[in-house]
Amino acid sequence: MAETIRLEVSRYRPEVESEPTLQSYEVPYNKDWVILDALNYVKNQIDGSVTFRWSCRMGVCGSCGMMANGEPKLTCAVPLTDYDPTQPIRIEPLQFFPVVRDLVIDMSSFLEKLSNVKPWIIRDDVEATEAVEFRQTPVELDAYKQFSMCINCMICYSACPVIGLEPEFTGPAAIALAQRYNLDSRDKGKEERMDALDAHEGLWGCTFVGECTKVCPKNVDPAGAIQLYKMGSATDYLKSMLLPWGTK
Amino acid sequence: MASYSCDLLIVGGGGAGLRASIAAAEARPDLDVAVVSKVYPMRSHTVAAEGGAAAVIKSTDSLEAHAYDTVSGADWLCDQDVVEAFVDEAPREMVQLEHWGCPWSREPDGTVAVRPFGGMKVSRTWFAADKTGFHMLHSLFQTSLKYKSVKRYDEWFVSRLLVDDGRCAGVVAVEIATGEVHSILAKAVILCTGGCGKIFPFTTNANIKNGDGMALAYRAGAPLKDMEFVQYHPTGLPATGILITEATRAEGGWLVNKDGYRYLQDYALGTPEPKPVHRTMELGPRDRLSQAFIKEQERGRTLEGPYGHYVNLDIRHIGETVIDKKLPFVRELCLKYANLDPVHEVIPVRPVVHYIMGGVHTDIHGATPIAGLYAAGEAACVSLNGANRLGSNSLTECLVFGARAGRAAAEYVDGAPAPGAAVEAQASDEERRLRSLMDKTDGTERIADLRSEMQSTMEESAGIYRSGDSLAAGAETLGRLRQHARHLKLEDRSRTFNTEFISALELDYMLELAEIILRSGEQRTESRGAHQRTDFPARDDDNFLAHSLAYRNDDGSVRIEYSPVTITKWPPGARVYGKQ
Repeated sequence: MAETIRLEVSRYRPEVESEPTLQSYEVPYNKDWVILDALNYVKNQIDGSVTFRWSCRMGVCGSCGMMANGEPKLTCAVPLTDYDPTQPIRIEPLQFFPVVRDLVIDMSSFLEKLSNVKPWIIRDDVEATEAVEFRQTPVELDAYKQFSMCINCMICYSACPVIGLEPEFTGPAAIALAQRYNLDSRDKGKEERMDALDAHEGLWGCTFVGECTKVCPKNVDPAGAIQLYKMGSATDYLKSMLLPWGTK
Repeated sequence: MASYSCDLLIVGGGGAGLRASIAAAEARPDLDVAVVSKVYPMRSHTVAAEGGAAAVIKSTDSLEAHAYDTVSGADWLCDQDVVEAFVDEAPREMVQLEHWGCPWSREPDGTVAVRPFGGMKVSRTWFAADKTGFHMLHSLFQTSLKYKSVKRYDEWFVSRLLVDDGRCAGVVAVEIATGEVHSILAKAVILCTGGCGKIFPFTTNANIKNGDGMALAYRAGAPLKDMEFVQYHPTGLPATGILITEATRAEGGWLVNKDGYRYLQDYALGTPEPKPVHRTMELGPRDRLSQAFIKEQERGRTLEGPYGHYVNLDIRHIGETVIDKKLPFVRELCLKYANLDPVHEVIPVRPVVHYIMGGVHTDIHGATPIAGLYAAGEAACVSLNGANRLGSNSLTECLVFGARAGRAAAEYVDGAPAPGAAVEAQASDEERRLRSLMDKTDGTERIADLRSEMQSTMEESAGIYRSGDSLAAGAETLGRLRQHARHLKLEDRSRTFNTEFISALELDYMLELAEIILRSGEQRTESRGAHQRTDFPARDDDNFLAHSLAYRNDDGSVRIEYSPVTITKWPPGARVYGKQ
């Protein structure tokens, strides 16, 4: 008989259960599969009611983040062969989010946080330059490029100890995206964006444990973004002490 | 059943849908605009586009040249007035996206960089490394957040268009999180739901690409145009169908057969040079390259692996520095999904279903024949791409025609009457239909089984080469599958985030579209672009320089009609690649 592996999948239907339970499924230990393929095998062949989000299956749409054995993972980017087939893989919804159903989290809070940091180019002279591109050298591009690689998969939120304690915290991905625009040579909205960030709780609770950066499947460095932000804010604070007429 | 309303509703939050929403919000800030999407917008499949987006920007280029490449690439089945409008508006749209923050790759002087692309005789493809679609989508989505007049219905699935007295008046949709059925009334609707690659077994397309908008429009009475034209991209990873971008070849990659021979030279695509040459060899158009693969396979010169025949894509000579700078995603995908490093190893590839040239028939403004109903992007067929789309024209198409549809629909809503009473009755009917499907307990057929049988049927009957016999046999099988699909076995009894139920609705859409592809293909007894009939191998301009239009008869069967192609400057000619 072909080799198999057991998935222990968190099941939760809010209209029926008050607490999630684990349900076990035996699936082929296919060496070409990622975790998501194994879940789709369950959905297609064993139990059509197992519920999770997925779409691109190539690590770019950001839909399929889940906890695998307690670690947040993008399940389409993790081969089954990373796991020992004699032990089950426990699949649970990303932690620190409300659960809608089975492996599906409610991520609406992130959408709000993202909007709050104004993740768009802010400048008021666009009319005058409508016909031509803004110049941006490769060096200027590199200054923010890595922060633009965020796929909004929510894995960093699930790894962030501050989010665990303080769900209102703007969080790693949204701050990284704020910095993505702050560092863009075409943008003139840094101060406006910083005000929005300052208005929200939690940032100063970040202890630079850097879990967000460690787990990011796209090698974004949200911890670095937060550090940059704190340094910027601290500098502004000092300036406002030393220069009472303001920092502008 | 709750009822919501807005002035203008956009179905789909990918490149075309978001561009349409911004265009409408800018043209008419007083309008209530809404975007309804079955996924969060940044999950839309635009995200997976890699290579780039075409627009004339360099002084060495011309609009005329971009237009000619597009027309000849399309095997003359495009409408040339549409092509001219497209190439003319493309640069402005791309600069607009630049102003919205898209991180385009740059020249040392800070101007936008361009790369060559298949079928284009000048380098005009803007790119953001090899994650162009990802960056475009996120730039559009993040920019869209600043328009407060745009409301979003995230993770709502549209199951029906409401049409009263020949006018589109909104949609019925399932709120996936709760299973509640709602109507969203609107004076105009724009369909931007993307393509339908999941009708086929081996595709670059994401799970969400089920042709929703095409099926919705067709059932509401709009024709689907040129649906027989399905594009196979020549280079997908054999196990998964993951796209290896054409940009690999634009940067100098070679396609070689089992002997290491650059076999494209045997298929009227020119002679091999060490460096990439525009419109030549590996930079020929996708239809020709995919067809060459099949011929090479028939000659026994491909390789065979656990996932079928393949050839090798060799980018080793490009070198690690350029690969990491310009093709980092390709390297990441190969390492993660093919267990190889393209810096040191060749990449096994084979043709893979990528795109459908056909779609909801629209005019140059994105308007369908149903008043108040518009479409843009892959869901639409505005007739830019004809019988074969050129790589890097589709991302730009989303911008140009998304914006056009957004503006046209915003203008239309002023004169549009309020929805009549019949709309409410239609919405209630639809709610009853959905409820009875949700509550169905006596089914026997597994969704996954029917889906995979549909997919393999399509590959066998309507692949890179088709014949009258294969298409007819496919249609017969599909008829049987559609009977079986009336008895779906639904195991999920929950109303909360019931993805099995959504899959059932998607399968229903795909089965209908699959039949349209086959019927459209059966009636086109010629070979043109991506539609290659082994029993009719020549192009037939006398009879088929025409768009097919598939209509739904009252009994549910397909009726094919034809409409003329618009020619402005370029009379039909031979497609010549490999010499300029």
